[in-house]
Formats: sequence, C-alpha cells, structure tokens
Amino acid sequence: MLELTSDERAVADGGAGHGAAMAMRIVAEAARLMGAPRLIPIASAHIDGALYHGDSGTLFAENLVAGGARVGVRASLNVGSLAPAGCAAIRLAAHERDMARRMMRAYEAMGCEPSWTCAPYQAGHRPAQGSDVAWGESNAVAFCNSVLGARTNRYGDFLDIACAISARAPDYGLHRPENRVATLLIDVGSLSRALRSSDVFYPVLGTILGRRAGSDVAVLEGLQGCTTEDRLKALGAAAASAGGVGLFHVAGVTPEAPDVATALGGAAPRETSVLTPNDIAAALAQLSTAGATGRVDAVAIGSPHLSLAEIEALDTLMAGRKLKVPLYANTGRHVVGPLEAQGRRTALEAAGVVFVVDTCVVVTPILPELENAVLMTNSGKFAHYAPGNTGYAVTYGSLAECVESAVAGRLVREPWAWK
Amino acid sequence: MGLEMTGMELKAEILLPGHAVAGVCLALTAPISFWGGVDPASGAIIDARHPERGRNVAGRILALPGTIGSSSASAVLLELVHAGRAPTALLMDAPDAILLLGLVVAREMGWSTPPAFRLPAADQKALADRRVAISAQGVISVE
Repeated sequence: MLELTSDERAVADGGAGHGAAMAMRIVAEAARLMGAPRLIPIASAHIDGALYHGDSGTLFAENLVAGGARVGVRASLNVGSLAPAGCAAIRLAAHERDMARRMMRAYEAMGCEPSWTCAPYQAGHRPAQGSDVAWGESNAVAFCNSVLGARTNRYGDFLDIACAISARAPDYGLHRPENRVATLLIDVGSLSRALRSSDVFYPVLGTILGRRAGSDVAVLEGLQGCTTEDRLKALGAAAASAGGVGLFHVAGVTPEAPDVATALGGAAPRETSVLTPNDIAAALAQLSTAGATGRVDAVAIGSPHLSLAEIEALDTLMAGRKLKVPLYANTGRHVVGPLEAQGRRTALEAAGVVFVVDTCVVVTPILPELENAVLMTNSGKFAHYAPGNTGYAVTYGSLAECVESAVAGRLVREPWAWK
Repeated sequence: MGLEMTGMELKAEILLPGHAVAGVCLALTAPISFWGGVDPASGAIIDARHPERGRNVAGRILALPGTIGSSSASAVLLELVHAGRAPTALLMDAPDAILLLGLVVAREMGWSTPPAFRLPAADQKALADRRVAISAQGVISVE
C-alpha cells in the first residue's frame, strides 16, 4: 500500500497550487499502480514528453503551466518535433507545427532547460553515482543507469514532467539496489580485440544485448580497455531499442561492475552466453533492411545525438571532400554552439552536411519522400526505427563507410573482418 | 486473484474506478503495443503483425491479454480519450502502469475517462464479441 508523507498529501490536495497538485497526484497514482510503497526524492529529471504526438499532450502541458507548475529539480529536455536552432526543413502541417511549438514553449515555461537533446549526459547533465533521478528517453535512461550509475526507471510521457514538478518518483524497479544486480552474463572475450575496439561493433553488440536481455540486467565481460564513452552510448542506445534494457553493466568499465562477480551480486548468473563471430554476423545482418543494393539516397548519423568528438571524426574522414548525397548530422545545441564559435559549421554545410539540431530524422518528417529510398547509417537506433518511421530501407555500416558512400553517391564498403 | 465465478458473472479487481458501462467486448488474442499498434486518431489497430489488425478499439470493452511496454503508450491512450475514440472500458490481465497513466492524466484533465479492471487472460476469452455490462464495482455480466 502506498503511503504519502503529510507534505506530499498537502501538495496533492492543492496546497502548492493546481499544477503542483496534478503532478503529485499523477506520481502517486503511478506509484499505486506499480505497487510502490512510497515516493522518494529525486535529484533531476530528463523530459521526453515534449515531443508532439497529438493535441492532448499540448493541452496537458498548457494545463500544468496555467496551474502555476514549475519543475522542482533540474530538468533537461529531450528532442522536440521542431528545430528552432537547426537548418533542416521540417515537413509538418500548419496545425501540427503550431501545436508542437506551443508544447515546446509550455515545457520551457515550466522551467525545463531548452537542451533539446537525447544525449543530455554529454550536454552537462550528469547526475552523481547512486543518486535517484527520473529520466525519460530509452538511450538516456540506459546511459544514466549504466555509465553514470545514477538510478532511474524508464519514465515516459506525463510521468517524467510530473516527477520533475513534484521532485518525487515511485520507489520501485531500478531505484532499488536489489533490482540492479545482473542475472545474465554475456562474454565477448573470444572475439578479436580489433573488433572489440571498433566503433562499428557497439551497435551490433547492443542489438544482441537488447534481444537477449529484454528488460533483465546483463553484465558484459571482455570489454576492458576497449570502450569509449561514445561506444557505451551507442551500445546502450541499440540495446534499448532492440529490447527493454534500462541498465547493463560492463565488467571493469561501468561504476557498479568493478568485476563480474560484483555485478552479479556474488551469485551465479541465471544464463551465460559466449558470443561467437556467427552471433555477430547474424545481428549485423538484422541491422540492414535494404538487401543487396548499392543505392544510397541519404546518410544519417547521430542517434543518440553526436558528440563534438564524433563530429571531429566525421570532419577528418571527409577530408575536405564534397558529398554527393546529403549527410544528416543529428546533434544538439551543446555541439553546434562550439562548432559555430570555431567557424566550422559553415564549412561542413558547404560540403553537404545538413545539421539537424534540437530534433532528429526519425521523430519528425525531414527526409524527402522518395520511392524505394535507402538510408545509410552507423547508428543501431536509426537502423531500428528508420524503416517504420521514415519509410526508408536501411543499410548499416561504419562511419567511414557512411562518409565514403556519401562522397561516392553509392554504397562503398571497406574490407573488414567481423571476427 | 481479483476474480471469482458467480454463475454468469465475473468479479474483476478495480484498477481505475468509473461509472457502470456496457458494450461489445473486443478480446485481443495477442499482446499489443499501443504506440505504433493503435492509431491515436481513429482507434484502429494498425500493427501489421497483430491478429486483430483492422479492428477498432473505440467504444468497445477492450480485453488485453498483455501489453508491450512503450513509454509513449500513455500518450496514445490520452489522445484516444481526447479524440472520443477510447475503449468504453479496459480489462487487463496485468496492470500496465504506463498505459493506465494515459487514463490518470485524462481524469486530471477533466475528460470523461473509461474505467479499468484486472481480469485474467483466460477469463477474457469467454467475453469475446459478447455484449457485456460492467458495474462500478467490477461485476461483469454477459447479456
């Protein structure tokens, strides 16, 4: 049975205003439905609810604003449906555009930070290890739990902002230490070190992790010395789109897994998988839907949003060449700001890069409508969502293959051993 | 728990209370993801792989043997309520808090909100395509 403190009850009864009362009642109802015994204080929130799905979400946010609601903790915003800071054209009809704009304004009016990124953890929002937070957006949840060691469930629409306003979350799931222990062991140590140290491996591994773990917690063994922050970002994003992964551990790398035994809580794993080159080849094949075609109509990178380091890698690979097909670089203000200050955005745009800022190509209509079009990407998350959300078939490849294909205007593969 | 057979009646546990309702039961035969599975504007089931694809949840007593969690399921259900295309009531094998949050928010918005009850999947089958009435206390009778 859920028990609220007297302060929480006072807020729910309207003592802090209509908006705050709505938020507290929503958090309390969610807690009751989830079977949580109490609410816990949170340190921050990341809000995924400002993406327009229909008018009702806009009316809800405006109702909170009219009721005087303000966020009670730091709250960053995930991508929206419009791109106030980007240059890509968005094909939304007038009514939808208006309602999406009103929605974005309402969330900003409640005191949320206009970060508009799905990689808030690379835009200066990094909660402390062990702190409880309420984050939405599946890749951000996976990164926050796994790489930062902060504690969050997968908070969806409405509950994310309600938690941010009330500064509370239901005490259940990944907030509780006993649910953060790994029950699955995935050993990648028999794959070559070259593969384990390549960017292109991580979305493939993430796809396997998502399929095998579902919403269970796994520990990965055999990646010590092979990972970077951007690789862990790509791993979590792919795992969270292929399955319901909210938390994973990497032995010797992530904060709750100094070693496999600790991550497993000293118990034997319920299941152990030793990945072979055949497993990798099968998952790699599933990431592409375009089949045996050399056609490439567009390239999209940056799901999750590109870091400055990833833009550097793109710039180096382009080496001053012009692109034959557009390359959509999805990122946030935290990255285009410094790029503009260095005078580099214009040069990249002149070469054929289209910056998609504050949003991304799978959540709002940006890609041109073409028959039988093919999108090339190095992102596991784009590979997962692009066919359904954009109508483009997908060809998955490394960043180098994406750049060479964009320069050539057709698919270019590198010789590469997936072992 | 939450159910006992009483002749032609079933008793379901109340998840979210509401008025007594009546209508034809659409009993799904497979779990569904509301996000990507139900059109928020019309209530039509649009998931290409779902066995009840093409049927419509609007105005039905919707029996759900399972739900596939998506953090945007609540947004789809709220949009259905706002568009007047929501089910008349929900019968769920297991409570999906994220989906039900759409109804919690609809109630906070002051919109007319269908009630939700817990009813095991095995008991849902007997209601398929029948006209059923559900009391505010969760007593389900087949007409």
